[in-house]
Amino acid sequence: MALSLLCSEFVVERDEQKCIACQVCVRQCTNDVHTYDPENDQVTSDNSPCIGCHRCVTLCPTQAITISRNPLYFKENANWTPLAIRNVFKQAETGGVLLSGMGNDRPYPVYWDHILLNASQVTNPSIDPLREPMELRTYIGRKPDRLQIDSGKEPRLATRLSPQLVLETPILFSAMSYGSISYNACLSLARTAQQVGTFYNTGEGGLHPTLYQYGQSTIAQVASGRFGVHPEYLDTVAAIEIKIGQGAKPGIGGHLPGEKVNEEISYTRMIPTGTDALSPAPHHDIYSIEDLRQLIYALKEAICYEKPVGVKIAAVHNVAPIASGIVRAGADFVSIDGFRGGTGAAPTVIRDNVGIPIELALAAVDARLREEGIRHKASILAAGGIRNSADVIKAIALGADAVYIGTAALVALGCHLCQKCYTGKCNWGIATQDPYLTKRLNPNIGTRRLANLLRAWSLELKEMLGGMGINAIESLRGNREQLRGIGLTDTELKILGIKAAGEAW
Amino acid sequence: MRRIYINEDYCIGCRLCEIYCLVQHSHSQKIIKAYKEELPRPLARVLVEEQGYLSFALQCRHCEDAPCIEACITGAIGRDSNTGAVLCDENRCVGCWMCIMICPFGVINMNTEGKKVASKCDLCYGEEEPVCVKNCPNEALVYEER
Amino acid sequence: MKRDDSKYLIIGNSVAAVAAVEAIRSKDSTGRITIISDEPYSVYSRPLITYFLSGKVDEKRMFYRDGGFCQRNKVVTILGERVMALYPQEKKVVLENGRGFHFDRLLLSTGGTPIIPQIEGKKLRGVFTFTCWNDARQVRDFIESQKIRRAVVVGGGLIGLKVTEALVELGVEVTVVELADRLLGATFDRKASELVKNYIKKFAISVLVNNTITGIKGENSTVCGATLRDGAVIDAQLIVFAIGVRPNASLAEEAGIEVNRGVIVDEQMETSVSDIYAAGDVAEGWDTLMHARRPLPIWPVAHRQGSIAGYNMAGFPKKYPGGFPMNSVELCGLPTISAGITDADQEGYEILQDYHPRERRYRKIVLLDNRVVGAIFVGNIDRAGIIIGLIKAGIDVRQFKDHLLSEDFGLLWLPQDYRKHIVEGPGIEV
Repeated sequence: MALSLLCSEFVVERDEQKCIACQVCVRQCTNDVHTYDPENDQVTSDNSPCIGCHRCVTLCPTQAITISRNPLYFKENANWTPLAIRNVFKQAETGGVLLSGMGNDRPYPVYWDHILLNASQVTNPSIDPLREPMELRTYIGRKPDRLQIDSGKEPRLATRLSPQLVLETPILFSAMSYGSISYNACLSLARTAQQVGTFYNTGEGGLHPTLYQYGQSTIAQVASGRFGVHPEYLDTVAAIEIKIGQGAKPGIGGHLPGEKVNEEISYTRMIPTGTDALSPAPHHDIYSIEDLRQLIYALKEAICYEKPVGVKIAAVHNVAPIASGIVRAGADFVSIDGFRGGTGAAPTVIRDNVGIPIELALAAVDARLREEGIRHKASILAAGGIRNSADVIKAIALGADAVYIGTAALVALGCHLCQKCYTGKCNWGIATQDPYLTKRLNPNIGTRRLANLLRAWSLELKEMLGGMGINAIESLRGNREQLRGIGLTDTELKILGIKAAGEAW
Repeated sequence: MRRIYINEDYCIGCRLCEIYCLVQHSHSQKIIKAYKEELPRPLARVLVEEQGYLSFALQCRHCEDAPCIEACITGAIGRDSNTGAVLCDENRCVGCWMCIMICPFGVINMNTEGKKVASKCDLCYGEEEPVCVKNCPNEALVYEER
Repeated sequence: MKRDDSKYLIIGNSVAAVAAVEAIRSKDSTGRITIISDEPYSVYSRPLITYFLSGKVDEKRMFYRDGGFCQRNKVVTILGERVMALYPQEKKVVLENGRGFHFDRLLLSTGGTPIIPQIEGKKLRGVFTFTCWNDARQVRDFIESQKIRRAVVVGGGLIGLKVTEALVELGVEVTVVELADRLLGATFDRKASELVKNYIKKFAISVLVNNTITGIKGENSTVCGATLRDGAVIDAQLIVFAIGVRPNASLAEEAGIEVNRGVIVDEQMETSVSDIYAAGDVAEGWDTLMHARRPLPIWPVAHRQGSIAGYNMAGFPKKYPGGFPMNSVELCGLPTISAGITDADQEGYEILQDYHPRERRYRKIVLLDNRVVGAIFVGNIDRAGIIIGLIKAGIDVRQFKDHLLSEDFGLLWLPQDYRKHIVEGPGIEV
């Protein structure tokens, strides 16, 4: 084999004064970075396979290990960055498509960080959430055009409402399939959703029978591979989401390699053990909004119109009119996934270059639906790049009913964003099916951490709402007057539908 | 009584329990010193068994009906009346190894350095929680009353 | 109740008695307990007498329970008094001095009596048996006062070799004389015996097998040598007989209680006469491996039997499932463990072994119908208890037989159900 031109990405440094050769790092690294030599009772490290996941650093009982970026110096070149050079090296060696995990990591503008929130001063008092009630409950589903009330002795709602999902906090867990993530990760998400009063999403992984007990906190995805879709699946869950596209790889299908399709996954997805699970790029029965409408109503028929049926699309250039079509096709909610949304595996070139940011897509969709007078007919779920409670509240002010979090949830479970999900060797036990690794995620700890995250964000949401003088999250939805842009062009401000910082109401 | 319960489904085989146990039962109780300066190295009283992806940490179960207490010829092994822990009084132990013979878990070891005595888990006597439990990164060991 | 009447009367004051007291007191905190012992000491550990002899264990550490044991458990002790007769009908025992004790329930835990062969010179000064503290004291005083240099230990069993070890540590040259063709014949197989023999020879211990002493020579009514069966004469000033112990069952026998070699007991440790129980070396318990009743004169069995007897005496029925022989002895620094059937040459038995004579390591496992029935460990005894636990549990080892002797053998290899059962519960259930 010819010499690889790729030098190591990271440097693993071991403080020999501190290292006690206990070999925890050796046992924990699936990339075989660390080796123990019994002859001289010493552990040594090989930089080249290190992916910078920090598993060894975190578990080292003497903090003897540090990992830093390899300072290896290429001659300065604004065009040919080290990444560009390394990618060419890799492809020259392998001849293959470069793969990546997680979301787009390129330095595109993050609009969240160019949006500022308002707060009350003098003229409208702010609210202290510790002293006064503050409502984070949100309903996802089609709202009626008007409400009719029978005014008899006891007034009664005459309008029949569409089915709604009740969220105790406007945050859901994004679609992540059993297969792309481990059973313990799924279980952690499911339990947390049930505990907190929100929902998680099966991705296209089907539903393992042992998770049926969390069915009323589950949104079932029906995607182009139709894996694991059967009557019991649809009956068990609280809502259905038809997946058309994903922010990390718009226009691209999914591919779960056969080695991850173990017995349990094979059973859950209803495919033979060891075969690749290929989700086609399009649904082969959907080539128009009319076709989509057929699938929406086929599913609604199957569940007797008792649960909301939504559609998920990637944020692409034409997202607003597409979303309009989806609402008109009968969807009860539309999920829009921005280009920073994560994935278990995507061609790097797609991940990093296709799609648009969720902030712009969300603003465009909300504006378009309002213009057309159909905003109430469907809820909007914004996904792809929500990192904290400020992002959540900005998304809601831009027009979302609630947000999906995927990457943030995984980070809460221990993900260090090494972006090597596609290797199946996740050292944190999340994106793997290797039984040696999946044990590393104890679902009791996972549930606790996720619930903590949602609790913390919810508290912050209440603080921010209170500051704006608003006491219910639903009153903030689409309330763009609460937002101001900073460092944005006129066009960007126009698309976001917000004024520049410094402009008054 | 509060006992250490093992959940083998979440044992990740890192052996931090062994490391912290060793440190707890060293003279200095300082991790780097215990490993680098205390020779012979102190013994850990917990053992991780491992085969493939299956692993678990095992220490004295502090049995309700402890056979080691029965087998101990000196009366060195007894039950602590406060905590219920099965403890070995190393001053009275003569190293006959009857306890090693009778313990069906194989969790009593020969400490052959210095005075020969049986070495076993003492639930980190005096600590709020045994160090193996406290330092298990994945809560595969829990210390509770069931 | 009169002063000398007891609800519970216990004859003998070793481990079975202690275990019985602890069991009774866990169920009955007030019923009067009386212990009568012909030894003048509060409860001490008999296996420690060789350690006492060598000086490794001092006077204070000989006691099996602390000084407050009897007071805490409200036990009346009559020490240094021998029970001469037992009247089951009247529920009464009588001491040598004529004093009588009534009882509701009686426990016989009188232990064993050392066997002394009928040979010439056995009454000479310098001839000892070795089963109780007084023996150890007398031997020690004798060695000190007479400046003893050479001794003969008759019997190459566990007690004989432990005494030998202690004597060697006191600077005495020892010749061990064993009637059988090897040492430790009762508990070891030939390979293990050989290992031990070769090892202890390094400590200036002479071992004579296939031999015994036929006479003891004396001078001024003190030992000066021993005549061997083959006619040779050994110069020695001290002779210790350690050729075995038989159950001390005469009291029971004279009282009309059924006695075989030991006192016959049922599963609840009750003898043929109701309300009279027996436990420990005096009793004949059930051997689960031989499927027969026989004395099992080992410490843990005595403890368990005493405890079972105690519960039953207090009115809480509990059964003794039986036991099997097992021993752990360290000889001159070489640890050894043996259990169950160790020397099986009949058909049907399967032997697994790991034998390294040069490193003095030997491990052997005896299987019958895929179940472990015996084991020997010499040199390396790590985690031996797991194997011995398998004997007790009667687990089918077919699935992991090949791993039984591997270095990393542990609970992990055991069937998952069994492992979870023993690991996840409150320790082991007996």
